[in-house]
Amino acid sequence: MMYNGGKIITGLIIFALIITAPFWLNIGQADEPPEISLDTPVINQLSEKECIESAEFMRSQHPQLLNDWRDQVVREGKTVYTSSSGKEYQISLDNTCLQCHSNRSEFCDACHAYTSVDPYCWDCHGGGIAK
Amino acid sequence: MAKLPKKEELLQYNYQVPATDWMDTPVEFKPGTYCYGAKGKNLEAVGFPNARDWSPSEEDWKLPEDWKGTVLEGIADRLSKYRSFRLFMDICVRCGACADKCHFYIGSGDPKNMPVLRAELLRSIYRRYFTTSGKLLGRLAGARDLTEEVIKEWWYYFFQCTECRRCSVYCPYGIDQAEITMMGRELLNLLGLNTDWISGPVANCYLKGNHVGLEPQTIMSNIEIMLEDIETITGKKIEPRFNRKGAEILFVAPSGDLFADPGIYTCMGYLMLFEQIGLDYTMSTYASEGGNFGFFTSNEMAKRLNAKIYAEAKRLGVKWILGGECGHMWRVINQYMDTWNGPADFLEVPVSPITGTKFTNAASTKMVHITEFTADLIYHNKIKLDPSRNDHLRVTFHDSCNTARGMGLLEEPRYILQKVCNHFYEMPEETIREKTLCCGSGAGLNAGENMEMRLRGGFPRANAVRYVHERYGVNVLANICAIDRAAFPALMNYWVPGVEVMGVHELLGNALVMDGEIERTMDLRMRPLPGKGDDDDV
Amino acid sequence: MKIWAPLLAVLALVIIAWLGAGVFEWTSLFGIIIPYTAFAILVLGFIYRVIKWAQSPVPFRIPTTCGQQESLPWIKQDKIENPSKTWEVVGRMALEILFFRSLFRNTQTEKREDKLGFGSSKWLWLGSLVFHWSMLIIVLRHLRYFLYPVPAFVQGLEKLDGFLQVGVPVLYLTDVFVVLGITYLFLRRVVIPQVKYISLAADYFPLFLLLGIATSGILMRYGLKVDIASVKDFAMSLVTFKPQVIPEIGTIFYVHLFLVSSLVAYFPWSKLMHAGGIFMSPTRNLANNSRAVRHINPWNYEVKTHTYEEYEDEFREKMRKVGLPLERE
Repeated sequence: MMYNGGKIITGLIIFALIITAPFWLNIGQADEPPEISLDTPVINQLSEKECIESAEFMRSQHPQLLNDWRDQVVREGKTVYTSSSGKEYQISLDNTCLQCHSNRSEFCDACHAYTSVDPYCWDCHGGGIAK
Repeated sequence: MAKLPKKEELLQYNYQVPATDWMDTPVEFKPGTYCYGAKGKNLEAVGFPNARDWSPSEEDWKLPEDWKGTVLEGIADRLSKYRSFRLFMDICVRCGACADKCHFYIGSGDPKNMPVLRAELLRSIYRRYFTTSGKLLGRLAGARDLTEEVIKEWWYYFFQCTECRRCSVYCPYGIDQAEITMMGRELLNLLGLNTDWISGPVANCYLKGNHVGLEPQTIMSNIEIMLEDIETITGKKIEPRFNRKGAEILFVAPSGDLFADPGIYTCMGYLMLFEQIGLDYTMSTYASEGGNFGFFTSNEMAKRLNAKIYAEAKRLGVKWILGGECGHMWRVINQYMDTWNGPADFLEVPVSPITGTKFTNAASTKMVHITEFTADLIYHNKIKLDPSRNDHLRVTFHDSCNTARGMGLLEEPRYILQKVCNHFYEMPEETIREKTLCCGSGAGLNAGENMEMRLRGGFPRANAVRYVHERYGVNVLANICAIDRAAFPALMNYWVPGVEVMGVHELLGNALVMDGEIERTMDLRMRPLPGKGDDDDV
Repeated sequence: MKIWAPLLAVLALVIIAWLGAGVFEWTSLFGIIIPYTAFAILVLGFIYRVIKWAQSPVPFRIPTTCGQQESLPWIKQDKIENPSKTWEVVGRMALEILFFRSLFRNTQTEKREDKLGFGSSKWLWLGSLVFHWSMLIIVLRHLRYFLYPVPAFVQGLEKLDGFLQVGVPVLYLTDVFVVLGITYLFLRRVVIPQVKYISLAADYFPLFLLLGIATSGILMRYGLKVDIASVKDFAMSLVTFKPQVIPEIGTIFYVHLFLVSSLVAYFPWSKLMHAGGIFMSPTRNLANNSRAVRHINPWNYEVKTHTYEEYEDEFREKMRKVGLPLERE
């Protein structure tokens, strides 16, 4: 037996709908997770398909790395990055990263959109290649 | 009565907390802070359980055999009947916003007078017997066993709460300690644990019609005396009107107004007003109580006492009911009466016979507050007032807890006061209207033997009165409550000497210009009016 | 004990998650079974508690009136603080729930020798508001892990929250505010003697738990870093009922997730239910119109009264003597 049942059940339905929204909003809606494409002319020509650091490191740390790069170039005038395997790369988003990953929309943007990240890198960089 | 401590002694307290946890701090029955126990005959008169004489200061409270089972069953029963109770047991977060809002805490520094802790006294038992965490974790979950000590602690602190609801104004969830106190008192009454000062008036009211136990002939002689005084003061002879069938309106006042100084002056104000406007009304010796000490006992007792008002209105065949100046009476009428004893379909929606105003806000209950009625008269210029007769008075207004927080009757009495006197001053903002501070004697605590506690509870209010007394020379504390009128004179005497206590309709009676009256030289207390008539002031 | 027990309990939860997910790699347990169970407990438990309250009636109409009643037409009613109509009640409740109206009234009483002072005291109001609103925004922001495509309002919220554009990743203001809020709520419990005196273990536990959640989340975002694309893969797998743990996500993620699971499973059985309770509070959610409209008590029952006839029988002679009219001579 409930009292003021109408109002309370309405309230509870609203509560249940709101709190379970992530479940039912995705029904038939959820896009497939993006495929990250490595299919670019430069990468295809590489004999050893390897980024400047391990893929695992790059996945979680690339924002931090790019941020460090910016500081190193702008504040310290340092232009060369030595990777953990000892190789040297030019510190440049445009000239290093985007040389291989020239497919920004299928590589960078796909994941950023997926996780709702809107980095301000592109305010300045990435102008040299097609979006 | 215990000897009253000096002001300096009484103020020797602070808000430091004891070194021991509250569960390990036993209650101390200090004379002057608690009421006498209920007498057996008074409990018996209304058929209450475990009727016997007992004293709280004794070790043995003569509890019934299975008192524990009774209390636990009582809790379960009330949890299922009152959503407020269950909710307020469950959702407190102990933020402490209520803590320093209680006048008893402010005036005593006893942490168990913080509303939150007063509630925890009962909540700890609820957790122990009605929640899983309390059953499993015990003390860690804030639970404790129900013992006789707990019952004593309940009795001490639930009869140290005036159900004023100030805490509820500040609580972010509206948790109302009055509601919890009411439940606590119901549980105590299951064991025959009431106070003498409540159970006596309850028995009186049940059998004789009013708390003070006035029998019909006494009411009549009291009224005669008032009417004689009115004649002396105004030259107007007024006929008493009681138990009269066919009157348009039944007027119900708190019995304090029929009984003693200063309530009788308020009553004289009512009678003069009704005479002047030619109101077709009657009072009743049977329904001679607007107040309701049952409300401080149990829901059922309150309903039993309240039933008289509608029953008498029906018997006398009136059209609607007018109610006098009283605090908890109006909480009961506004929030309980119709639900208990309605529908009052034998009455009509109240219409003022003088102004034609229809009181649609009382369309179902059919009962109008006298300050609503009088404010309407004044607004429509239906009565002539000479506020200069109150010029020697500097008036402030005390909102009764119940009319403020259980009704919202704030502007009506102020409107009247501003029309009947020329010197009106408000107390500080934080102490009036919905934030009003209690007199410290409500909910049945206005006994003599607990005077120290009443003085403590009344201290915050007195402090605000003292402020306007010192600043503006305020010498009258106006109010619309019989308990205020009974309690404040002693409190003012103690804390702010020089401030008198008057009902709003006493001040109105002073200012009211009656047709054919003689020149007023006296106020309703038969004291000379300064600067008026033959007052030669020698 | 009241402080240490809940603190140890929260630390134990951290260690359990760290051992369970990090060392023993029971990722299905900590990633799937526990979160699903905890969520179910939250939803069903919350509904259960509310229904439990709903099973008790509201026998009397007992709003706490905090302003002028509706009476004579020329007296201005305070429609929000003393509502007499449904929409006015809605207004009152909205102010209470969204802006903590009653706490805003808070005052502090001070005793200076023989005088009392009542000062305004808005810190508790401010602290609670900061904490609760930050929590709400943080929860909504987390929708970016559970919805794809991510709705514009979530993106907007993130933009707003990170508008200072400090650091990489951008610092969310609510991350700062929520920690400040929790810290304030904790500190006042231990610093103000009266509040400490009334506090129970059940008051400290949720604070520690929330602090653990906030700390682990902040560590994850600004310090230890995790691959959020994997986090999203995992979150999406949960909400689309195709649960799949992603082994490479760092242990810190499981600590965060386990603490959140603990909180939501604890929620319905604790004082945190004030969230649902406030909607049900009869001193706030009722119109003050019981003189105009009769409120019905479903369990109202007949009581024994002392009738006029009984009264007259007892006092007939006395009444006759003073000339009062009688029903029976």
